[in-house]
Amino acid sequence: MAQTLSRSGRGPQPLRPRKKQLPFPLNIYQTAIGRKWVMALTGIGLLGFVVAHMIGNLHVYEGPARMAEYAETLRTLGGGLVPRGTILWILRLGLIAMFGLHIHSAYSLKEISRKASPKAGFVGGAKQYSGGQDFIAANFASRTMRWTGPIILLYLLYHIADLTWGWWLGDDFVHGDPYHNLSESLSSLPVAIIYIVANVALAVHIFHGAWSMFQSLGINNPKYNKARVAIAAGLAGLILVGNLSFPILTQAGLIDEDNRECAVEDFDDEHDILICLEEQLEEEG
Amino acid sequence: MDQVISLTLKVWRQNGPDDAGAFQTYQAEGISQDASFLEMLDIVNERLIEEGTEPITFESDCREGICGTCGLMINGKAHGPELGTATCQLHMRKFNDGDHITIEPWRAVSFPVIKDLAVERTPLDLIIEAGGYISVPTGSAPDANLTPVPKEAADMAFDAAACIGCGACVAACPNSAAQLFTSAKLNHLNLLPQGQAERWQRAENMVETMEMYFGTCTNHGECHEACPKEISLDFIAFMNRDYVKAKIKNRKLAGQR
Ligand code: SF4
Repeated sequence: MAQTLSRSGRGPQPLRPRKKQLPFPLNIYQTAIGRKWVMALTGIGLLGFVVAHMIGNLHVYEGPARMAEYAETLRTLGGGLVPRGTILWILRLGLIAMFGLHIHSAYSLKEISRKASPKAGFVGGAKQYSGGQDFIAANFASRTMRWTGPIILLYLLYHIADLTWGWWLGDDFVHGDPYHNLSESLSSLPVAIIYIVANVALAVHIFHGAWSMFQSLGINNPKYNKARVAIAAGLAGLILVGNLSFPILTQAGLIDEDNRECAVEDFDDEHDILICLEEQLEEEG
Repeated sequence: MDQVISLTLKVWRQNGPDDAGAFQTYQAEGISQDASFLEMLDIVNERLIEEGTEPITFESDCREGICGTCGLMINGKAHGPELGTATCQLHMRKFNDGDHITIEPWRAVSFPVIKDLAVERTPLDLIIEAGGYISVPTGSAPDANLTPVPKEAADMAFDAAACIGCGACVAACPNSAAQLFTSAKLNHLNLLPQGQAERWQRAENMVETMEMYFGTCTNHGECHEACPKEISLDFIAFMNRDYVKAKIKNRKLAGQR
């Protein structure tokens, strides 16, 4: 194979000429492998968020009062040391930054691969062989990362508009009463379907991502390599089951407000609902 | 087994790098199942020459799976349907009478077609030139076992060194990434004591040369399936680790960079 002769200017033109290096550590992000590291590290952060978000939301099964209490806990993180909402906003900014980096690195890497492959289409950036490209090792999850990613992003925006800003619920939206908002929103069948589809995409994305990040970060030890796939499958399964339980059980009528104390209709002022919920908690002790 | 089969070949013909290229169909009658895939092409070519047409250009050299020269995309699979073999080690007994076989060159923007099925793989050489060597003063041969090498490291380095540089990994990769080749060549030296002096420079230079020409790895694992030497994906992980470490170490070594 390689004959190590030095002839200059031979071979095809580089697709990406070497650029001047930025100061450390920015130069790591200039390279594709560095970007894979950033994608993996932000992926770990985002995965942590998804898991925490899912587990936190399980409070919904304890009823409206506990759910409202949990929401309030998030806003008052850090106790009285910092103004209300500060820590939550710091976390949110961190998340936004991680999303930004995750998406930018994914998009820019996809572009590099697209330029390196002839007749590359958008899906999987795969080049076409007329003999039919048989994927042998690549699985559904790894080939659809570039579809599940954008689906999750769109869903994320929808989800925030739905349950944080209350765009679609309008007057039905009660600030600080997530149980009510959730059951109002998810009791509509089309909405529940959006949530189900998006969360399946999320689980598929996580399945490849969680395995892939070990590889990108170079965490590889023949002893534990089998465990990497198990961890990925376990995480994806956990998130799938947890997150799908909300729309499905709402549709099944398990999450509803039929016997709710402090029923939303009985109050004119949002604030009074929250006070009623707090009183309910105190009574329960 | 001296069965004779007849095949329909759909072969990529392209007159030069700038030609558009197209598929041509050929009938390959009476091919012995003992023939290797390349011998089958030889027979077809002889007939083409007798007919007075231009034979199909393809590359081959050792024909025993160690030189890395041959490489064809056979029915969309690099080096054909068998795992762990190069095209020259594929035999016609793996095919049946009447089969249709599509034969294409490796496809990647950095592997331009020279003619028909032969592609230029210079960028792989450039990656080797960037660091796939060790610098030692030559002279009389050193004493045997002068440098102790742990058995595990020797085994692993040997597995990596098995890479024949055929480029099937790039061809099979949906992203046209050369990660498997580069990581094999990099680790084969980085795992050994002899490779330590230049380890971090090597990691940086080889990876950065690779990135000039090829796509980026998304951990599909197609390369490993296509590889005639079954190079492990583990080497890619080792390379990713060494590369980022090198970025940190080289900066310290060089004072500031
Ligand atoms: S890693 Fe395998 S497929 Fe890639 S060049 Fe080396 S031998 Fe060929």
